[in-house]
Amino acid sequence: MAVLAMGGQGGGVLMDWVVALAESEGWIAQATSVPGVAQRTGATVYYVEMIKRRTDGRYPVLSLMPSPGHVDIVVGAELMEAGRAIQRGFVTPERTTLITSSHRSFAVEEKTGLGDSIADSGKVFQAAGSAAKRFLAFDMAALAEQTGSAISAVLFGALAGSGVLPFSRQTYEATIRASGVSPERSLRGFSAGYDAATAAGNKRTVVAPADPKRIETLDPIGHADFDALLEDARNRFPTGAHAMLAAGLRRVVDYQDIAYGREYLSLVADFLPLERNSDAELVKNAAKYIAVAMAYDDVIRVADLKTRAKRFERVRNEVGPSPDAIVNTVEFMHPRIREVVGTLPARFGLWMERRPRLMAALDRFVNKGRRVRTTTVRWFMLLYMLGGLRRFRRSMLRHRQEVAHRDAWLRAARAATQSDYALGVEILKLRRLVKGYSDTHARGLSKFDRALNAAISVQGRSDAAEWVRRLHRSALMDEEGVALDGTIKTIESFAKEVPVRASAP
Amino acid sequence: MAERSFKKEVQQLRLGEGAEFHGEGILAITKALLQSGVGYVAGYQGAPISHLMDVLSDAGEILNELGVHFETSASEAAAAATLAASALYPIRGAVTWKSTVGTNVASDALANLASGGVNGGALIIIGEDYGEGSSIMQERSHAFAMKSQVWLLDPRPNLESIVKAVEDGFQLSEASNTPVMLEVRIRACHVHGRFSAKENKRPSFTLAQALENPVRDTNRIVLPPAAFAHEKEKIERRLPAAIRFIKDRELNEMFGGDLENIGIILQGGMYNGVIRALRDVGLADIWGATRVPLYVMNVTYPLIDDEVTAFCKGKDAVLVVEEGQPNYIEQALHAILRKADIATRLFGKDVLPMAGEYTAAVLSKGVADFLSAAAPGALPDNVRATNNPPITTHEDVAALAGVVPARPAGFCVGCPERPIFSAMKLVEKELGPHHVAADIGCHLFSILPPFNIGATTMGYGLGPASASAFNVKARKRPIAMIGDGGFWHNGLTSGIGNAVFNQHDGVVMVVDNYYASATGGQDVPSSRAENKTRSTQHPITAAVKGVGATWVRQIDRTYDVAKMRDTLKEALTTGEAGPKIIVASSECMLNKQRRTKPLFDTAVKDGRRVVRERFGVDEDVCTGDHACIRLSGCPSLSVKRGADPLKDDPVAAIDNSCVGCGNCGEVADAAVLCPSFYRADVIYNPGKFDRFKASLRKAVIGFLQRRRDRARISFPQPVKA
Repeated sequence: MAVLAMGGQGGGVLMDWVVALAESEGWIAQATSVPGVAQRTGATVYYVEMIKRRTDGRYPVLSLMPSPGHVDIVVGAELMEAGRAIQRGFVTPERTTLITSSHRSFAVEEKTGLGDSIADSGKVFQAAGSAAKRFLAFDMAALAEQTGSAISAVLFGALAGSGVLPFSRQTYEATIRASGVSPERSLRGFSAGYDAATAAGNKRTVVAPADPKRIETLDPIGHADFDALLEDARNRFPTGAHAMLAAGLRRVVDYQDIAYGREYLSLVADFLPLERNSDAELVKNAAKYIAVAMAYDDVIRVADLKTRAKRFERVRNEVGPSPDAIVNTVEFMHPRIREVVGTLPARFGLWMERRPRLMAALDRFVNKGRRVRTTTVRWFMLLYMLGGLRRFRRSMLRHRQEVAHRDAWLRAARAATQSDYALGVEILKLRRLVKGYSDTHARGLSKFDRALNAAISVQGRSDAAEWVRRLHRSALMDEEGVALDGTIKTIESFAKEVPVRASAP
Repeated sequence: MAERSFKKEVQQLRLGEGAEFHGEGILAITKALLQSGVGYVAGYQGAPISHLMDVLSDAGEILNELGVHFETSASEAAAAATLAASALYPIRGAVTWKSTVGTNVASDALANLASGGVNGGALIIIGEDYGEGSSIMQERSHAFAMKSQVWLLDPRPNLESIVKAVEDGFQLSEASNTPVMLEVRIRACHVHGRFSAKENKRPSFTLAQALENPVRDTNRIVLPPAAFAHEKEKIERRLPAAIRFIKDRELNEMFGGDLENIGIILQGGMYNGVIRALRDVGLADIWGATRVPLYVMNVTYPLIDDEVTAFCKGKDAVLVVEEGQPNYIEQALHAILRKADIATRLFGKDVLPMAGEYTAAVLSKGVADFLSAAAPGALPDNVRATNNPPITTHEDVAALAGVVPARPAGFCVGCPERPIFSAMKLVEKELGPHHVAADIGCHLFSILPPFNIGATTMGYGLGPASASAFNVKARKRPIAMIGDGGFWHNGLTSGIGNAVFNQHDGVVMVVDNYYASATGGQDVPSSRAENKTRSTQHPITAAVKGVGATWVRQIDRTYDVAKMRDTLKEALTTGEAGPKIIVASSECMLNKQRRTKPLFDTAVKDGRRVVRERFGVDEDVCTGDHACIRLSGCPSLSVKRGADPLKDDPVAAIDNSCVGCGNCGEVADAAVLCPSFYRADVIYNPGKFDRFKASLRKAVIGFLQRRRDRARISFPQPVKA
């Protein structure tokens, strides 16, 4: 039996229990592992062999490591660790029962990507279906949390529930009690794991869980003005785009006001005559990314989100304290003069921006880290007032800049769509590159601009959309945009040969 | 205090005659030492022998009863030198460390000890960190045994055999006046098994007796002409005595088998793997019955020529199973057979790989290949011609190649070393990349993503020394890392003293987390904890000033990323000459949690007012760029796919393992990242004033929130897909 876990997941505890369980039944058990530095969050393999004791007192020669093709039970304390076991050949269709938690604990390489680098869980489910004799998977991390126990206890329960070992449930429970590792909580976790495993029964395969994205609808919500917008959207737009329009409308109206919602619909409607796809691919993407562009992240938005009653409630739930505990929150904010100037009336702001020495001088007063205690009246009032500035947003410098930038992008997208539908869709999708705040935002914006210019330059080529997809991918490869610049250079090298119309957005 | 308490295991050390011991290999060795009447034990921690040190640290009472002295040495060299007590006095002594790294450090003392020889039994227990999970360069300790002529035991990896090897080792050492090495591989150190215990023995001659009745013998001192006599004595007297003892006591084992024309010669440590491989081809069973004759060398140096020739005589072919390279044993066997004019064909690192761990799969293939060549008739048909492709070639399994992510070890949740490297990343962004000389310790995880910092590592405590050459005029200075463990091991002299003396202009970052953390949280001289049996709380800054450093900065909270960044920037740019030393101190979070978590839980239960800090991310503020993760890499700072259909990329999320160290918030601030992070201060059992303040705030804030909520459109909760 092999247990694949990450350091700190309690793989050692599980192994000790299994050994104690076997020994309590008069079996001979041998277990080993190579924890070493892997104890510090790395992947670790624990290995146990057990056999019935012989009456003549002779001892078996047990192996110190799993041998592909000879492992009866493989336990994965996390889904990708189960994947690793399959990859190493420990799981074979002739003999292996694979028991794993289906939760994900992301590896560093999955978390650091600029886009979405999360590994495909479905592939592990598929491989497990092919490689295991029997496959048991459910979210044991969730069960552990619900029962206040550890994942090792749930796994031990799942092992018992699977019935692969010839020991009774009582023996397992007695083992936990004897070990003395917070037995009450462990027994609760054990029981949850046991029940889930027995409920799963003898099914050979388990299906991977679906994507968590919510689907919104254009059904009226009982607010006259907003419902009018919804109805307008329902009537004028293809069904394929409805869910995205619903999400977009909510976002922009919540961000600003009903009029902003109307503006949104009219911007998306500009793409209606260009739609050629029965799934409304173009309009759907327009609905999505125009909403994202309109609801840009600014100081006002952050202040508004941070002061909402719902947010207070959510924080409380997340930290999950006992009902009589008091929760205070501290925000980590670091404003710079640019953000301040962005909230000034456009003309005054522009005047300031043209004076870099003044900006630098003022920045010295503004630019420092602030610990904002949102739950104190003083700080709350400040954020509350900032959030209230939303009424004046339309006249602010930042808004003017965002609108100009947005409109140039949409013009380029529409122009491209005229001749090349797929290119238009890809240009809309480039908006994904703009995210973050301060420097991160500036970096994303500059990547977006570079990619957009390059996208315009390939217009007219039959593979233009493919090139933009490539620009998009390479922009997400590294923070500084080195890969993106590489792709742009490639484009420039052939753009010289085929003259194309150069036009700045 | 080590990160694991062995209070329970210590009780097993008391087991008497005939009682059954159940536990880890390394604890069995500890018990075996006490059964052998050992007088003193010393060593330096490191996987896989840390538990030997930790369990003895927790066993003070038993050691006192038995009159055994135990010492946590400053280094492996210090541990090896401790064996000098057995040079002249009939006292059994044992030392232990991680090998080969520890043996490298110890080799000066070992060579001196081996030259003069010993009177009392001297046992060196080396935890061989080789193969999967190893954290060090892959070398063999075998070479050290050969060069210094100390004997090397490599027992079969079951507790009975290992325990017997301890007793045998002491006796062999005494019979041949030579120190003996006992090599135990990492899996054997951690194997859970059983053996039948014996009564513990008090040392027959004590250290106190020796001190009170000192003896000296210039013949045992390494100085000409005695040194020349030692070399002759090793060959003429000690080696024959050892060979005699090994043969008489049958330390090596033969296992019969009916396939008499072939055989396998193996290191004791390979025994279980070889039986597994023979089982795979149907030539052995789980109870150890084998059809292929085995010669198991529980002593791998010296080789016993007579035993080898007797085993090989009349056989067509013999396989040598020898893990690691060079293949010293195989070479020696060739010489023995050649000299004895025996024509048996010797297989070894032709059917088995020259380098790398002999895993179950490797051994299985090697043994099968040997048998196919040497005795094909003995193999079952399905082994000779298999038509069953391994499952790893199945397309669904092969498809996992680009999916399953690598998961190297990394900094723990809340590790105080993380902000040091976050700060270094920020300095890198401002001043460009620098040459960073890394060292051994948890801080070496900086070389991995997301930090990717560190260019070389030259050995424990040698980080600063490995930047020595970069002592020339240049526009950038080198940065050298060193941990508190490496600092006290040798870094104070090899690194700081060396840099002061040579007027080095570089920066030295001392990572001080109050323990030797990578090896399991043992105390070092600068540890802040009260330790009843050791003298602690000696500040590193005092030590570096003591050897002449003048630019010294102490940072008492590494989580202050901005301060870390500014101090490092100052060190890299100041006009002051000489080494620039930054001591960055915060307690190892793993140990801190073990220490404080139970205290906190009791406080909550007892109704005392306590505050817990936890971090969170506002999902709707986070834009999913992950810059915060690239500057942190904390396991509790992860990502999640949100429900928001307008967001393409997963957003940052902090899970329940967060210990509230504050690094992510500090980084977000210092790097001017984003306002998504928040800290929640949860006040348990709030006092009257707390409650008063809270209700006042709630009234004002609640009023304003309700006011704005009324003006806002309230959207119904959307349906989840």
